[in-house]
Amino acid sequence: MADLSKSVAIVGVAESDEIGLVPNKSALTLHMEATRNAIADAGLTIGDIDGFLTAGYWGYDVAEYLGIKPRYTDSTSVGGSSFVIDIAHAMAAINAGYCEVALITHGQAGRSARYPYGRDPNVPAAQYDTPYGIIGPPVNYSMAASRYMHQYGEERTRQALAEIAVSTRKWAQMNPKAMMREPMTFDDYHNSRWIARPFHLLDCCLVTDAGAAVIVTTPERAKSLPKKPVWVLGAAEYHDHSLLHQMPDMTVTPARVTGPRALEMAGVTHSDIDLTMIYDSFTYTVLATIESLGFCGPGEGPDWVANQRTAPGGDWALNTSGGGLSYTHPGMYGIFLIVEAVRQLRGETGERQLKDPKLSLVNGTGGLLSSTGTVVLGVD
Amino acid sequence: MTSNYKLPLPNSQPESDYYWEKAKAHELWLRKCNECGNAYFYPRDICPNCYSNNVTWIQASGKATLYAYSIVERGPTAPFRDVVPYVAAVVELEEGPRMPTNLVDVPFDEEHIKVGMALQVTFDDVTDEVTLPKFRPVG
Repeated sequence: MADLSKSVAIVGVAESDEIGLVPNKSALTLHMEATRNAIADAGLTIGDIDGFLTAGYWGYDVAEYLGIKPRYTDSTSVGGSSFVIDIAHAMAAINAGYCEVALITHGQAGRSARYPYGRDPNVPAAQYDTPYGIIGPPVNYSMAASRYMHQYGEERTRQALAEIAVSTRKWAQMNPKAMMREPMTFDDYHNSRWIARPFHLLDCCLVTDAGAAVIVTTPERAKSLPKKPVWVLGAAEYHDHSLLHQMPDMTVTPARVTGPRALEMAGVTHSDIDLTMIYDSFTYTVLATIESLGFCGPGEGPDWVANQRTAPGGDWALNTSGGGLSYTHPGMYGIFLIVEAVRQLRGETGERQLKDPKLSLVNGTGGLLSSTGTVVLGVD
Repeated sequence: MTSNYKLPLPNSQPESDYYWEKAKAHELWLRKCNECGNAYFYPRDICPNCYSNNVTWIQASGKATLYAYSIVERGPTAPFRDVVPYVAAVVELEEGPRMPTNLVDVPFDEEHIKVGMALQVTFDDVTDEVTLPKFRPVG
């Protein structure tokens, strides 16, 4: 495979004007605001965009709405991981000459959409899962967590999930854009109502309205733009199932493949990473992903996150935006991981800014722990 | 019960009509490949392991162990909100494949439901036309 490490840079990132509860704006308006803001962040104009990547819609529906006529298009839809995987696809397309300035965009009225988002009645889920009430992420991910608890101990797993919920909230308290900024205690976590046992409410991500966009381009172009380029040093994607019952091992995600590959491409190791951004659809997603990425061994995640190690002031920075758990999560969240990583690497995150971070690992998860994309981002 | 059933029914496909017909007869059947020996769920006309068309149907013993479960307290869609709590489960069949199901005939609490516990298939005639295979503890 060609060595594409550091062959493209992220030059623009932004959210929509508002995120959280935004009942007065459609998903496509959120796309459009995020696009406008990301273009401004990059110092570009809409006419510069010649590559277009989105997920959850047919690509031309969104591109038309945004007034974009791309010569490269990609509507890869593997849930919330799509937008992290899109970084790799944009990198490949730019290197192959299919486009020069790629826009990755997302908008979703997860909370306020007027019409429900439905699944294709012809897919296997509709006949094997749906009749049993095995529908949607909380039911499925909580089943996977039950397996982890069985293998590695219920009490220490429960403590780990609580550590993740509480530490993530502490980061959100320093993010003015986060939806949930009230303090959360361990008692708050343990006393929150059951959604799908073993998951409490506070194991589950938010459901919000939000858009975000990311712009990727060549090194030459990046160097002519105002902001510090954030280099794509490594990128990998993988999926190994769709339905949870087809997952090879419910305690190990596809990050077992994408983590090591992305790090190898970047030529760095786990201990080099200054900021880890992990898709936190649920507390359990984080626990399983830390292990799958290879930061620690199977069943060692509870020790890895113990004693608020991932909170502000801890020695392993994780999900500094407040994550899907406390900042925002419109349904497919992966693009927001990239936005935060880029801002941290540029030094733009104010009160929650890490001290001079150089490398960030971003891992998006999609579906029912089905798909992951991992990227390693860095600054000079 | 028949006419009052409010929950979604399976959308059978050409490759799975036989599976649901057998469920209605209170039998659990799986696909098995004659070429590579792979027994698999869910039914596909072509073996997903070796891509042979030479696949047959086998009757499963109905014995299984509990692989993972969730006690659902908040229904994920409107009709399920009326039937909570219920137990969503993935079971591992004696023949190897895993399948999704519900646990029945067991108190819905962590004292009585344990990953790894032995289960036996049972059949729930939810309408005149449709039967769902479910699982209950052995003994």
